[in-house]
Amino acid sequence: MTAYLIKRILWMIPMLIGISLISFFIMHLAPGDVTSNEASFNPRASEESRQKLRELYNLDKPVITQYGLWLKRISQLDFGNSFASHQKPVLWEKKDKSGNITKGLIQESLPITLMINLLGIFIIFSISICLGTLSAVRQNTWVDRAITLFVFIGFAIPGFWLALLLMYWTGVSNQWLPISGLHSPGFQNFSSFGQFIDLLKHLVLPVSISSLSGLAGISLYVRNGMLDILHQDFITTARSKGLQENKIVFIHALKNAILPLITIIGLSIPGLIGGSVITESIFAIPGMGKLFYDSVLMRDFPVIMGILTIGSILTLIGNLLADIGYAWADPRVRKGLVK
Amino acid sequence: MNIFLKNPLAISGLIIILIILIMALIAPFVAPYDPNFIDINSILFPPSIDHLMGTDGLGRDVFSRMLFGARISLLVGFVAVGIATLIGVILGSLAGFYRGWVDSLIMRFVDIMLSIPTFFLILAVIAFLTPSIWNIMIVIGLTSWMGVTRLVRAEFFSLRQREYVLASETMGSNHFSIIIKHLLPNSLTPIIVSSVLGIASAVLVESGLSFLGLGVQAPTASWGNILTDGKEYIQFAWWLSLFPGLAILITVLGYNLLGEGLRDVLDPKNKN
Amino acid sequence: MKKKFLLFTIFICSIFIINCSKETSEVIDYNRKFNIDFGGTLINAMAGEPSNLIAMIAGDSASSAIAGNIFNSLIKYDENLDYAPELAESWKISNNQKTITFKLKKGLKWQDGEPLTSSDVLFTWKLITNPKTRTPYAADYQLVKKALTPDPLTFKITYADSYAPALDTWASLHILPKHILKNEDINNTFFSRNPIGSSYYKLNDWISGQQVTLIANNKSTSGPPLIKKLISRIIPDTSSQFLELTADNIDLMNINPIQYQRVFPARKELQKKIGLYKELGNGYTYLGFNLKKAPFNDIKVRQAINYAIDKEEVIKGVLLGLGESISSPYKPGTRWNNPNLKPYPYNPSKALKLLSDAGYIKNDKGILLKDGKPLKFEIITNQNKQREMTAVLIQRRLQEIGIKVSIRVIEWASFVNRFIKTGDFDVVVLGWSLSLDPDQYNIWHSSQQGPGQFNFLGYSNKNVDKLLEVGRKELNTLKREKIYHEFSKYLLEDSPIVYLYAGYGLSAVHKRIKGIKQPTPPAGIYHNSYDWFIPKPLRRNEILE
Repeated sequence: MTAYLIKRILWMIPMLIGISLISFFIMHLAPGDVTSNEASFNPRASEESRQKLRELYNLDKPVITQYGLWLKRISQLDFGNSFASHQKPVLWEKKDKSGNITKGLIQESLPITLMINLLGIFIIFSISICLGTLSAVRQNTWVDRAITLFVFIGFAIPGFWLALLLMYWTGVSNQWLPISGLHSPGFQNFSSFGQFIDLLKHLVLPVSISSLSGLAGISLYVRNGMLDILHQDFITTARSKGLQENKIVFIHALKNAILPLITIIGLSIPGLIGGSVITESIFAIPGMGKLFYDSVLMRDFPVIMGILTIGSILTLIGNLLADIGYAWADPRVRKGLVK
Repeated sequence: MNIFLKNPLAISGLIIILIILIMALIAPFVAPYDPNFIDINSILFPPSIDHLMGTDGLGRDVFSRMLFGARISLLVGFVAVGIATLIGVILGSLAGFYRGWVDSLIMRFVDIMLSIPTFFLILAVIAFLTPSIWNIMIVIGLTSWMGVTRLVRAEFFSLRQREYVLASETMGSNHFSIIIKHLLPNSLTPIIVSSVLGIASAVLVESGLSFLGLGVQAPTASWGNILTDGKEYIQFAWWLSLFPGLAILITVLGYNLLGEGLRDVLDPKNKN
Repeated sequence: MKKKFLLFTIFICSIFIINCSKETSEVIDYNRKFNIDFGGTLINAMAGEPSNLIAMIAGDSASSAIAGNIFNSLIKYDENLDYAPELAESWKISNNQKTITFKLKKGLKWQDGEPLTSSDVLFTWKLITNPKTRTPYAADYQLVKKALTPDPLTFKITYADSYAPALDTWASLHILPKHILKNEDINNTFFSRNPIGSSYYKLNDWISGQQVTLIANNKSTSGPPLIKKLISRIIPDTSSQFLELTADNIDLMNINPIQYQRVFPARKELQKKIGLYKELGNGYTYLGFNLKKAPFNDIKVRQAINYAIDKEEVIKGVLLGLGESISSPYKPGTRWNNPNLKPYPYNPSKALKLLSDAGYIKNDKGILLKDGKPLKFEIITNQNKQREMTAVLIQRRLQEIGIKVSIRVIEWASFVNRFIKTGDFDVVVLGWSLSLDPDQYNIWHSSQQGPGQFNFLGYSNKNVDKLLEVGRKELNTLKREKIYHEFSKYLLEDSPIVYLYAGYGLSAVHKRIKGIKQPTPPAGIYHNSYDWFIPKPLRRNEILE
């Protein structure tokens, strides 16, 4: 087990280098750089300043050199500063000589994206287990069909369309929920509990919409997994021994069905992070997805590379944790019987 | 075949897809207007006898655009999935057949591609290349082959040990013919299922890209861009949101139902 | 497990129920008389986040919008677009037109209480002309050869040569505090996120990615504003912004022609609480020819295309009529606009005549050919809905007279770098957003064709060059008028571009905001935003002050 873990962790390093290399070169395929944003097309702005900026950011050097310089910085855990937002640090806050702290871009946006995604995973986990189990236990009845249909529709709806419809219905026609953002404008004056509730209200729509598509796949997976297990011999044995149906389903069968779920959820992390671009844009949530999209359009290379690196690390860790979780939960693996 | 017909999921999925397919095929004959015909005197009209689904911001007939949009959505789905499946089958076969270092190399590559959130990659590449319909299809294809690779590889692993394969090898058949004649045909199930599901996903991705302005470009109509054009006036021009939204929903639903239905039917472990 | 799910659902529903009643707005009469009162909060929306509140360094509009509330310039424009005092109470131009002497108002203070004097102005000028400062706007200020501060209230600058746009440049330079910045590296200082200014507002709070809050500055050099708090919410998506506006969560937003012309009129309840305003901006959209490429080097072809485009149709279709057709590169209604010039009318037969003079004859399929080669080209534009729609309409009209046109929409950075800078394009649909000074040297002078410079179309006309050079030096307004009127005449004849339209800026402002000047003055509704007020009964009570 430990050997396996160590091997996995060591593999992460060449993988990260591979990821960063691919990303770096893809990025430089594009024409243009941070000095070519729309604002700089102002007749009163001069070309020399743009040229100076390019030199400052090493943008006039060959791509290999730029990659080498970046790699050197990363090895010292220095992700650099953003080009576009005037030297805001990419990863973590910096203190200047007077003690003023400027927070890092990823430091500010990652917790938000993580919060939404973790809440999303929790919701997907809980709801899909319920729906999948229900579906399996009541296989081929109308309950099963209804749940399957509902779950499929959830997967098939274009996210931003549903988002706008819900925003209109819950925010404009009926003023139940806020429309966008993470906080109400005057929230600093609320009590702690008030702020907590305010945040929850703002999160209802974004989290629901971003977890909707994951719900479908996983519910189905649970259903199929449960069906497999419920037909196995040991369940029939348990029934013939007279165990209560509830106990059979929830304790024996479910435990086995959840195992592969852990891996699946680990594998769906990249999808959740990637899908967040649209959700964050519509709901005005300053997360990593929106940051990435903006950086791509602005050719803000340090931020793009920083996000891809951090995103990949998170995904690799997520998969590793999922594998570990699986290995730990499945006594067969733990005891070395099955790898 | 009988099992297939008895499975309501598969049937409903198939029916939906056939309807959309027919709509797409007969579009040029049935569409009442040229989908790109601009009429600035009919801007944003609600549905009426003249315009069954109303008109858009340039006075173009939405119903005609929806019909032609069906072609685009299906085209994007088919070509993207075609590319993904081709790459996936090739890489998966190689990994599953040769194993060893070939397998390791390919799987590491798959892991790397899986670690970069796909949408990010698509976004980055399309933002750089001009978002034409071909670039979109190629890029979606190039970023969604990983699942097929794993499936094909897994099938090959289990099939590889079967007797008829070993027999062929001893008889001296070359690797290529073994793969084509024996292994692939028996691996079709997961390939088909994942292709069908992949089409659904490609249609959704195109609509997401349209929202970000990187989807199929004007003046070509796609459901994604009709939906995006109308998003700023959903309170007013509800027809610009309702019809394409429903169309995408139903199409993706259809493909998913068909895919899951096929999986149920073709899976040897039939649950009944 | 099912029980857990049930509990979870009940939990969620109870949150809904507890908070589901936002006060439904009782019927409010927004049109009665209200007393002017200090206080209240105005909430508006921005699509992007400011990057840096030091305007000379930041390039983006979100930054300048916020910074404009915090900092002052020496002078400003009044509602009629004439120069008016801001930090300077008066200014004198020497007889040789090379020296300007500004006299500052007495008793000016920074928001931290320190006095604002001419040494701050000198410091700011030195900063912007310092080659180490990363600003793209230095060029205008580098023309000042000598800057002096004979006393704390006087700032005297001398140009090498008389420079007519000078006053305009001083109306846009934010004066920065020397006592805070003198030991700071202006490119990396924390001041950019925590500025100290002298104008109506000071920065109260900046929640990264979400909102920027400004609060009234009681030491303001221009007197206090009437609205106490300004909150700018960062909402990237315009459809979300519109939903927020209709739900009363934001007070003001820029809207598009369809929302102005179709959505609001269809929703009476929206019109009751939100007022709509339109004003001409200071820019225009055009179709630009690559003058270095055949056939666009032939004036007949350019003029023909100009006649073949129906501009009224473009304004009606793209802007729903909310724009004007122009014939010179200046805002209609201002003195720089030549009233004797008329736009090219829509005249396809004249277009065909010109084209046949140029050698293009229609074949039996209706396509124009010259020496066997069809007349066809590609229009490129960036990802801007209105420009895309405009291109489509142009394509159709040109197709009608036999020109084959294709359209390509390109993301901005690629657009500029791969096509514009390299000169690798046929025709563009683009827009200019101009300053209020009529000088257009950077765009039309033949010396400005280098890579990265703005005469990317390759225009060269010796007469125009001369006029632009003289216009820059002529400080007499009437003489300048004549110069730029003549310049516009040449531009119209040569037709290096086709003027498509000058669109209206459309704003929706909640009726709780009072004090908006109507009819809209030449400077637009925002010029007196500091005199707007929110009457007590209309204020948001959930935001405590």
